[in-house]
Amino acid sequence: MTIDTTPKMTWWNRLSHPGQFVALTRPLILPLALLTGVLFAAGLWYGFFSSPPEKYMGDTVRIMYVHVPTAWLSQFVYATMAVSALGTLVWRHPMADVSMKAAAPLGAAFTAMALFTGSLWGRPTWGTFWEWDGRMTSTLVLLFIYLGIVALWRAFDDQLRAARVVAIFTLVGAVNIPIIKFSVDWWSTLHQPASVFRADGPTMPGEILTPLFVMFFAFTFLFITLQLAAMHTEVRRRRITTLERRAARGEA
Amino acid sequence: MSGFISVLTREIRLSLRGGGEVLTLVLFFVIVGAIVPFAVGPDKVLLARIAPGIVWIAAFLAMLLGLEKLFGPDRADGTLALYRLADLPLSAVVGAKVIAHWLTSALPLILASPVLALLLAMDGETFWRMVLSLLLGTPALAGFGAIGAAITVATRRGGLLAPILIAPLSVPVLIFGVGAISASGGPDQAQAAALLLAALSLMVVVLSPFAAALAVDWGED
Repeated sequence: MTIDTTPKMTWWNRLSHPGQFVALTRPLILPLALLTGVLFAAGLWYGFFSSPPEKYMGDTVRIMYVHVPTAWLSQFVYATMAVSALGTLVWRHPMADVSMKAAAPLGAAFTAMALFTGSLWGRPTWGTFWEWDGRMTSTLVLLFIYLGIVALWRAFDDQLRAARVVAIFTLVGAVNIPIIKFSVDWWSTLHQPASVFRADGPTMPGEILTPLFVMFFAFTFLFITLQLAAMHTEVRRRRITTLERRAARGEA
Repeated sequence: MSGFISVLTREIRLSLRGGGEVLTLVLFFVIVGAIVPFAVGPDKVLLARIAPGIVWIAAFLAMLLGLEKLFGPDRADGTLALYRLADLPLSAVVGAKVIAHWLTSALPLILASPVLALLLAMDGETFWRMVLSLLLGTPALAGFGAIGAAITVATRRGGLLAPILIAPLSVPVLIFGVGAISASGGPDQAQAAALLLAALSLMVVVLSPFAAALAVDWGED
């Protein structure tokens, strides 16, 4: 009796081949993009025309429909990167480091957007663009970590080697982010008791929650679409690099 | 164990005989602290209030200076490649390096801190709290520094990149370090900060050699 030891072509194995990955996920991009577009159209329509201005903050409450989803994504993208980093370190999955690399600039962009809309919102409601509040400060630190990771990717020539090193730093950061968050909360409550900004806030009526949820899904699907597109771009970029090297060696 | 001790003594000997490196570091620490009054004015009340922050910033910057020496020269002359092949686990080598880094670039700063305390108009009680806070917190900075140095050792512009990567991670150390000195939150707050700082340092010192060794190992081909 012989035992068949050839690896099975499971979906997991197929996903780890860059070409197969692109072939499998490429048809997903258009539906995802359309879904994102529809969600954005609905969310913006609800947000602008169908929801009432808030009692205390007036029309500025509409900033929330962009602010809250981007702030959620700023953390969700880091979780994506941390899971991808585990994929790189534990399974050496070739698409995990592509995913890690694609997510870093997206996370930085969403975090910057959350900070930007937050300060736009803070000006009319709290009277200041920036407050050293616990949440804002930890988001700013998160932005610095994202930018550091992007810079680290660019510092390496060999992207495969970069992937493993960046994965280690991403995981070190993942362990640290809760500590940073805790320490910043401790620090800002010590210096300035929570007076301007309360986490629970006024309870929201349904007319405000609906556009918020729609925008939440719109932004999440935007991230998924952009992530897949960026991964495809990265796969192609690596293929071009390989072809260029081969051409330079005169093997082409 | 003998390998661990010999790596440790080698590191210390190298930095002590390397032409006054330690002295330069101490000088940098004192000068950074002493230059602040020129920027904010010689108001003693103000200086005493911001002194904990100044001391910690000076210590943080001074400890960044020595980072390039941590793995750079060893990589350049091939010692790092030998370490990777040695019987001693790489994490033990890195652990010895972290300890040596603390002994040669944090301990001298703590010894020099009375000078800064004097220049920044600290009172006696605050001074002792500052010494305690530096003793408890600098091991965490050394550990984070080792991670940063290990991650960037294989890159071209590592020297510039490491501080950018480490600074966000060091935010808790600075917060608890300054919190352990300043009495603005009451003595029990300062004690809580000191305990949290010690916990952070213990965790970082234990975990950082493994992370840094992994980064050194996988950063090479």
